[in-house]
This record gives sequence, C-alpha cells and structure tokens, in this order.
Amino acid sequence: MSKVSITFQNTDDARHLVDAILTDNPDATASVMPAMTKIDCEGSLSLRRDSVEARIGRSFDLQEIHLSIVTLAGNVDEDDDAFTLAWNTGAR
Amino acid sequence: MTIEIKTNVIQPRRQTYGNVARRLGADKPASRYDESMFDLQATGVFHYRPTWAPEYELFDARRTAIVLADWHVLRDPRQYYYGTYTIARSRMMEAAEKSFSFAEKRQALTGIDADWTGKIHSYLLPLRHYEWGANMNNSQITDIGFGSAITEAAMFATMDRLGIAQLISRVGLILDGGTGTSLLAAKDAWMASPAWQPLRHAVEDMLVMPDWFELFVAQNLVFDGFIYPLVYRQFDQAGMAHGGAALSPLTEFMADWFEEISRWVDGVITAAGKESEANRDLLSGWTKAWTARAVEAVTPLAESVLGDGAAEAVAEIASQLGQRVRRLGLQA
Amino acid sequence: MNAMQPPPKQKKLSLKERYAHLTRGLGWNTTYQPMDKVFPFADYEGIKIHDWDAWEDPFRLTMDAYWKYQAEKERKLYAVIESFAQNNGHLNITDARYVNALKLFLTGVSPLEYSAHRGYAHVGRHFVGAGPRIACQMQAIDELRHAQTQIHTMSHYNKFFDGLHDARHMHDRVWYLSVPKSFFEDACSAGPFEFLTAISFSFEYVLTNLLFVPFMSGAAFNGDMATVTFGFSAQSDEARHMTLGLEIIKFMLEQDEANVPIVQRWIDKWFWRGYRLLALVSMMMDYMLPKRIMSWAEAWEMYFEQAGDALFNDLSRYGIRKPKYFEVASKEKHRLSHEVWSTFYNYTQATAFHTWLPTEEEMTWLSGKYPDTFDRLYRPRFECWSEMEKKGNRYYNPTLPQLCVTCQIPMIFTEPDDPTTTCFRSAEYKGERYHFCSDGCKDIFCYEPEKYIQSWLPVHQIYQGNCGGAEMKDVLAWYHLNFGADNFDYTGSPDQKLWDEWQAQRSANAV
Repeated sequence: MSKVSITFQNTDDARHLVDAILTDNPDATASVMPAMTKIDCEGSLSLRRDSVEARIGRSFDLQEIHLSIVTLAGNVDEDDDAFTLAWNTGAR
Repeated sequence: MTIEIKTNVIQPRRQTYGNVARRLGADKPASRYDESMFDLQATGVFHYRPTWAPEYELFDARRTAIVLADWHVLRDPRQYYYGTYTIARSRMMEAAEKSFSFAEKRQALTGIDADWTGKIHSYLLPLRHYEWGANMNNSQITDIGFGSAITEAAMFATMDRLGIAQLISRVGLILDGGTGTSLLAAKDAWMASPAWQPLRHAVEDMLVMPDWFELFVAQNLVFDGFIYPLVYRQFDQAGMAHGGAALSPLTEFMADWFEEISRWVDGVITAAGKESEANRDLLSGWTKAWTARAVEAVTPLAESVLGDGAAEAVAEIASQLGQRVRRLGLQA
Repeated sequence: MNAMQPPPKQKKLSLKERYAHLTRGLGWNTTYQPMDKVFPFADYEGIKIHDWDAWEDPFRLTMDAYWKYQAEKERKLYAVIESFAQNNGHLNITDARYVNALKLFLTGVSPLEYSAHRGYAHVGRHFVGAGPRIACQMQAIDELRHAQTQIHTMSHYNKFFDGLHDARHMHDRVWYLSVPKSFFEDACSAGPFEFLTAISFSFEYVLTNLLFVPFMSGAAFNGDMATVTFGFSAQSDEARHMTLGLEIIKFMLEQDEANVPIVQRWIDKWFWRGYRLLALVSMMMDYMLPKRIMSWAEAWEMYFEQAGDALFNDLSRYGIRKPKYFEVASKEKHRLSHEVWSTFYNYTQATAFHTWLPTEEEMTWLSGKYPDTFDRLYRPRFECWSEMEKKGNRYYNPTLPQLCVTCQIPMIFTEPDDPTTTCFRSAEYKGERYHFCSDGCKDIFCYEPEKYIQSWLPVHQIYQGNCGGAEMKDVLAWYHLNFGADNFDYTGSPDQKLWDEWQAQRSANAV
C-alpha cells in the first residue's frame, strides 16, 4: 500500500481544488478535519488545470495552489496543465 | 460573543516582549519591525562548533574586523520584516509586469535601433551573472553576518538580486523571441569578452572574501554604487537617441530598487562608522580600495557603450559616490 | 512603429522552459578564483555530485511568482492578526490552559524557525548548483517569515498571558529547551548535505506533519483563529520545503552509489534525533489541548507508519531502508506522551508553562485512546498525585534529572519491551562515561563522540554554577522565568485568575 496524499485548507478557493481532484481521481478519498481536508489516493493523484478552470470560470495558474496547500506526500511533478503526485512502487 | 466584556478587565498586562522592552527602555507598544527583529539570533552557549568552521562559534562576531558593542544598531531604515518586504516587492513587480506585458504584446523593443539593440544585448544581459554574484554575496552575509538586524535585511537583498537577475533574463527572452539564445550569448560574453573580465574578476574575488562587512562594502556600497548609476541611468539616457526609451520601463524596477536599497546600505554604514574611529578607518579603507577596483572594472563596459564619453561618465559616478561616502562619515 | 508589419514570433514558454531560462545558467565556473575556494564545503562530507544540473526543482518558482503569492498570503495573515487583536480574540479560546501549548511553541519552536533561516542561508550560499541553491534560499527567507509571523501572532497573547515574554532568552538557557536548541545546532553545525538530510528530509518530510498538522487542527478546534492562520500560512510553504527534502535525497542517491550508505546513516541519525524532539509534541497533543483532535499514537500511525511506509517503499529502489529504530518509536507510541507529561508535572516549578493533572473526563479519553497502557500504567500515577494534591502535599521532584548526552531529555524513557523499566545506556569515551536514554541516542554519540562531548547539558551547567547561582530561584531568574507567574500548576496561576474573571464578566454580561 503506497498512498500519495495532499491536504488543503478548508477555504473557498481550496474547495474547488478538492472537488476537481475527487472527480478526476476516482480512487481518491477525502477526510475532513478541523480546518483542513486530507485527500489520499493509492499510487498517484493529479490536479488538472482545466478541471479547476471549469469550476471557477476563470483561468487558473497551478502555482496558485501554494495559497491553499497544507501538506503533501509523494513525488511532485508540475507542468502547465497538471500537478501530479506519485510514488514509484515498482522495481527500479 | 467577543466584545461583551468591559474593557477595564481586559487591560493588557504588558505591552511587548521583555527583550524588546529592555531595548526600548520601557514596556511600551513596539513596532512589528522591532518585535520581529530584535534578538532573533541565538545567544549564549552554543552546543557544537560548526564542522565547516571549527575555529568559530555558529554565530560569531569575530568574522569581521568591524567591532560593535550592540549589533542591533545596524537597523534597516525601511523597517522591513518579511510581510512588509514581500508586499513592497509584489507592488513593484506588479508595475514591472505591466511593462513587460506591454512590451511583449506590442513588440515595443522592436522599435529600438538595431545597433542599440545589439548594445543592450552586450551591456545588459551579462549583468544577470553580476546579479547572481550579488545574490551569493548577500547570502554569505546572511549566513555569517552577526545579529538579526543586518542578516535579515541581507536575506531580503539576496532574494532581490535573484529577482533582478530574472528580470534581466526576461528582457533577453523578449529580445530573442523566447529561445534563450541571447542568454547563452550573454554568458559567453561574461566568461570571455574582454570588456567583462575585470568585472567578473572582481566579483569572483568578492566570492572568496572572508570578512563579511568588507563584502557588504564592496558589493552593496561600491560596486552597486557604480553599476546601477552607470547602467540604469547613463546607459539608459544614452539609448534615448536610439529609440532605447522602450527599454526603460523594463528596467524601472532596478532604478527604483537601487534608490530604495541605498537607504539601507547608507544606514548600515553610518551606524557602523559612528561607533568608533577604528570602524571608520576600516570602512574608509575598504571603500577606497574597492572604488579603485570598480573604476577599473566598469571602465571597459562604459567605453563599449558610451565611447569617448566613458571616462567622464565614470568619473562623475565616482565623484557622486565619493560625496555619498563622505556624507556617511567616511573618507572617500 | 509599423502596425502592418508581422510581429516577430514570440514563443510562449512553458513553465519548465521559462524556469530553466530564468535560473539555469545563472551560475558559472569561476576561473579567477578556484571553484573549491568559492564552494569550500561541497566535498568534505564525502558526498559525490557529478552533475549539479541534474537537479530538478519541481515547483519552479521564480521570484516574480514568489513575491506575488507570498505577498498575498501575508496580506491575509496580517488582516487576521489585526482583527484578532482588535476583537480580543484570546477570549474566544476554549480554555486558558490551551495557551500553554502556545508558550511551548513560541519558546521551543519559533527560535528553530529562525535557526532554519540561517542554516538555509548557509546552504543556499554553498551548494554548487544554482537550482538547489535557489530552492534553499527560498526556504531561508520562508523560515524567517515563519519566525516573524509567529512572533507577531503571539504578540497579542503575550500581552495577556505569562510565559511568552522572553522566548529567545529562554530558548538559549532553559533546561528542557536545550532539547530543540541542541537538535537544531547539531544540524546547523553539520555540512550542507547533512543539514538538508536532517532538516529538509528527516524533519520536514518525515516528521513535520506530526508537529504542524495536529497543532493547527488543535488551534482550530480550540478557537485560536490567529494561530490557525499563521500555522496554515506557514504550512503552505511547507509543501515546497518537504519537496526539497525528498528531491535532495533522491538527488544524492542518484548521483553516486557511494552516497547511499552516507545518506542512510544520516537518515538513521536524524530520524531518531527528530523523533526524540517530538516527544514534546506528543504531550502537547495528549495533555495540553483542552479539546483534542487525535492522540499522539493515532498521529504517529497516520503520519509516520502509513506515510513512512509509502515513502521508504519508494526509496527502497536506491537501497535505502527505513530508519534504524523506527520500530522502537512505534513501541513507544502508547507511552511517550504520558512519560513526558508526568516529567513536566514533576518539575513544574522550573517550567515556563503551567501543568495540571488530567481531569476524569480527560483520563477517560486517554483510556480510550491508549487501552493497553493508560489504565494499567499511568492512571494510577495521576490518581496518586491527585490524592497528594488534595492533601495539600502536591508532589514535586526536588532533584535535578540526569540528561541524555545526545537528545538532552531527562532519562525518563522506558525499555522498548518493558514500559515499567527505565532505559539507561552508557558509553565510555576518553576515560569519561556518557549516559543515554536509548540505543538510538547512544549510536549517534558513538559515531561522532567529538561532537557530542561538546553538549551544553543544562543540569551539569547548573551544578557547575554557570546558570545564575546555586538555588533554584537563582537559576529561574537567570532563565528570566517569573517565579510564581510563569511556573507551577495552572490552578492558582495568574493566568487562571484572569481567565476566570473574564469568563465571569462574560456570563454576567450575557444575561
């Protein structure tokens, strides 16, 4: 079992991020704690720019997640279209 | 629920932290700058000597020849703490972004004479490496400087220099259509062009300077005191006749920044000099030595841009710096 | 300007390309001064780097974006701090006992943020590659931010509560604060690669969630909106910091196989150092929050056992295994907080925060969270002390404790397989005998004895007369600890008296 995880503040901005992740990553589960929400997902998880933009109705720069993120676990890969967390579970 | 309690029972029991009250001489309300600047650096007994400098303590006043009874006199006149610093820079950056966006959309730089565009490539873009050297030097001051007053402001200066290096790079990316070829050429010039070698030599000598206060003088007072007026004022003005006005908004950040940072630099030098004649002698000696070095380093650059007017321009800057230094209580 | 002329093609740069252009290539190989003089600390730890450009910074923040986002965070944060002060937000916390967690935080943790700032400035100057250097510099200024925002947030509490008035002075002197102080000085006095393994990886990546996440959730749950805000605001930088931690480890491991055993040894050392430091957090979670979020054991399971499994599973491809003695930490999870809180209760005369015995309701919660240990081992203790209190004979431990030379915590921990026997270890070095709380701490000492024989052990120093005098009151004065206000039990403290007055006033007004 190798779950990646990302935690956001419970803010208006972050709600859309959580929603986008849960929709795009069917295996992801969210646990709501006081003031924050932790999302876990087996193997990998992506936050897609277009999914966020569809929810907020404006263009979105993935670096805006720096305003809402609390913590994460997993190897980060970020480009213009997606922010991805993943564990390398296989052999080298 | 909150304010139902009569104010008489919720009078503060103290106005500020104890260390701040001792420094202010009384328990009275203190500025955010004071509360978050005073006494942050560890004092007292340290547990272990640094393996990378076992002859010193982790924080050690003996890393410069300057002697101060209280290092907190090296205050930042701008009174920056992290919040006010970042907010100030984000405002400056907002203005710069508008200029860059305008220049990108309207191809404003294409209106500059081809000859002058060539000069911009050769005089401005290699300065990203000068800025990177300045970033390292201020990082060094943050690392081994003594006391939270000077090191905190040096941290801000460290990031400023990275930001400026990146702004210069962005000018390059506009000029080369986003390919980065101009930046590669600028690096070649920095490494090999004869006009840049005296400056690079001086920067590399600064990178290995053991005394951080001398480094502060060499980099932030003297070399910046030459480079900024020369490049962002003299060169900028010389470009006006060649359509170079389109570049000015893109380097406005640097011009504004230099004016602002000079207040910090002057404040630090003044305070250190005021303490003793020994300090003043050191500061004057460093200023003189590095001024001679700076004149030598910027003259070929000035010549490549200003031609015959170079000697006069450099002399004028040297004279202005001399006046500034005397105003700070030093001998120029 | 000719509007009809087709514009030269401006390539739209991707995030990765833009970052590469704006950062890569800023550095150069010096020729007027030798590289090993410009970067004198790159080699001495034995880490081999062949290609600094292989470093990838996943977040690719340039300074324009950094200033923009950080300024936005700061605007929000200071708006909250202002309104908290204007509305006397401290009146809305669940109970004044909660503030004692803040006291521990301001005196124990905030000074570490500052130390981190200087430590990252050092590494940010001395790494050879521009990429890792920039990442370290950004962390250096972030850590300054954390120290300053914490001081600004707590400033309001300091006006109304004791024990927050001289954090730096106390951090450098008070006996239990030598635990965090020595931890960080250990890291800062190490070489640049060990520093990053210690702080970025072992502390930030592996352990920091255990400090910040429960602390912030705890603050939210206990009505402390100012702390929630600074906590979250700081934590939003942590994602970058944690990522730096994972990246530096992978970078070292990928650069040369010979780095693997060095890195493994550092992971072992700094896991144990960090875990021991978190002992203070365990008691905060289980005993100091009036409304609790989760137990220390639950947090350990979630943030170390589960998250750590995934992480070390990922790193196993490089030949890295879980840190040595991780299983000891898991064995201790059902007793750690109880052993620590009991110790502070016994030495409350010398602490800059208040202690108390858990209420019956709180003990019920503890029994539920620690079914195998609490009722059997710790409840009887608390009940006994409670009886003594009722008889006017509150128990204080009058003798100064023996400290572990490595972690500097009193020798209070128990044998990994026997929670009723105190764990003692010792080693001889150059004719002197040194004492340790655990095998983990002993191993750390034995690998670098020359470093740890320098430890400034508060109890030894008191006995040697270096701490203001021979009497406890002299020592406390030297600590700047206000006798009768900062120390002793919460019950009977000035904090409690004021809090009760405010509450009485509030209920009178509510009618």
